Amino acid sequence: MDDFLFRALLGGLGVAAVAGPFGCFVVWRRLAYFGDTLAHSALLGVALGFLLELDLTLAVVAICMLLALLLFLLQQREGLAGDTLLGILAHSSLAVGLVVVGFQQTLRIDLMAYLFGDILAVTRLDLAWIWGGGLLMLTLLWRLWRPLLAVTVSPELAEVEGVPVRRVQLAFVLLMALLVAIMMKIVGLVLVTSLLIIPAAAARSLARSPEQMALLAVGVGALAVGGGLWVSLRWDAPAGPAIVVSAALLFVLSLGLERLLSADSR
Amino acid sequence: MPKISVPSARQPRQLLVQAQNLSLEVNGRRLLDDITFDLAAGQILTVIGPNGAGKTTLLRVLLGLQPGFSGRLWLRPELRIGYMPQRLAIDPSFPLSVHRFITLITPFPRHQVEQALAEVGASQVIDHPVQRISGGELQRVLLARALLREPDLLVLDEPIQGVDVHGQAELYLLLGRLRDERGCTILLVSHDLHLVMAATDRVLCLNRHLCCTGTPEAVVRCPEFIAMFGPQVGESLAVYRHREEHNHNHPQAVRPPE
Repeated sequence: MDDFLFRALLGGLGVAAVAGPFGCFVVWRRLAYFGDTLAHSALLGVALGFLLELDLTLAVVAICMLLALLLFLLQQREGLAGDTLLGILAHSSLAVGLVVVGFQQTLRIDLMAYLFGDILAVTRLDLAWIWGGGLLMLTLLWRLWRPLLAVTVSPELAEVEGVPVRRVQLAFVLLMALLVAIMMKIVGLVLVTSLLIIPAAAARSLARSPEQMALLAVGVGALAVGGGLWVSLRWDAPAGPAIVVSAALLFVLSLGLERLLSADSR
Repeated sequence: MPKISVPSARQPRQLLVQAQNLSLEVNGRRLLDDITFDLAAGQILTVIGPNGAGKTTLLRVLLGLQPGFSGRLWLRPELRIGYMPQRLAIDPSFPLSVHRFITLITPFPRHQVEQALAEVGASQVIDHPVQRISGGELQRVLLARALLREPDLLVLDEPIQGVDVHGQAELYLLLGRLRDERGCTILLVSHDLHLVMAATDRVLCLNRHLCCTGTPEAVVRCPEFIAMFGPQVGESLAVYRHREEHNHNHPQAVRPPE
């Protein structure tokens, strides 16, 4: 196998492994729009990273975390941070990012690579980010698992029963910011949310427990990465979108499977 | 402050909760206004009042879910609270069985969960998805979950919402039994005045401020209660309550609002 292809597959699988469990929480907690907002703000991170000559991934992580923190604080105040606020933040940060990119005439940024990903150009450094960051995130998520499930079911019940709800929520939001930064490499920031929610949604019909759903989502994500890469090589399609299309097809397949299973059990 | 309380024969009146001059203002709106009451062990205290009276808000303050109130709130140290919220909004995409839901925070062994569900009459749903059980079953499951924590104080928010009349009556019988058998103190918010009057030791009538508190038969004679629910309601409840008075005898004065 070619070296770049091997790196692409390794990067894609790494992202799928992290996106699966996190994607489940995005689906359960209805945070798809929140994920979108973080992803859109990532471009601002890219632009600022170029401007200030910082490591781009680091700049994206910093900006995403800042935005996540801002949203977390705003959501503590009642009556704020609905869809509208998320929409305003998502699109204004994307727009500011585009404007900043536009001003940098000497430094040309391959905008498409950031918007839609460039899995075939994954470098060793990217792989280090994906696997290092991914392992860290999965370890932290594993430790947060029980309280996070409890907060997802009911923050009030969890609070009364002694779960430090705000700390758990904050930790999750910051982990999401880190996740967006590494996922951007593979599918691009426009499609980050889709690789979070589609495998999780496809896993739903077969899962009987939260853990099963998380593992199945990893499996679906890995299949989608493999399928997308294959399609991309075979027909020279853009890889990021091809991965998302494969995930969507797997989701449709899962609906059919669910029908079959429910017909069986009758 | 003149307050007459009669010690129960069954257990000493140990205070669990003492609230003094609780007030809460959110965005310039006063949600709770100078509320003072206390809750003694072994009592069933019901909070009634019209919509928007601050009943749930008061519970939230007591549970520590609502910051920013003024006044003094004392809870007995290491008071274990079992809380049954008004509703649960669990996304249908969350694969969660009743058993898993109950053991989410504390991993009770299965036989213990079975026992708790049996106590509230909901054994049959243990392996069902928690989103697919009926409103009445969910109330019982929530109650079983709260009971497993062996609470000193059980806090229930509108436990009869979305449950039919038969289910409501059964739930109140169950609450009475829990109090008698486990010595559980119960604080609940309710809409159904008839059931409240039949199964409660003390009533706290709330309309942002405290209208009146006392025994059910005393509260129905309170002018603010009559103004709120109409004279007919008070009379019919008084009659209803009268039939019960043979076996419950807790003479207790109404505390007038300050």
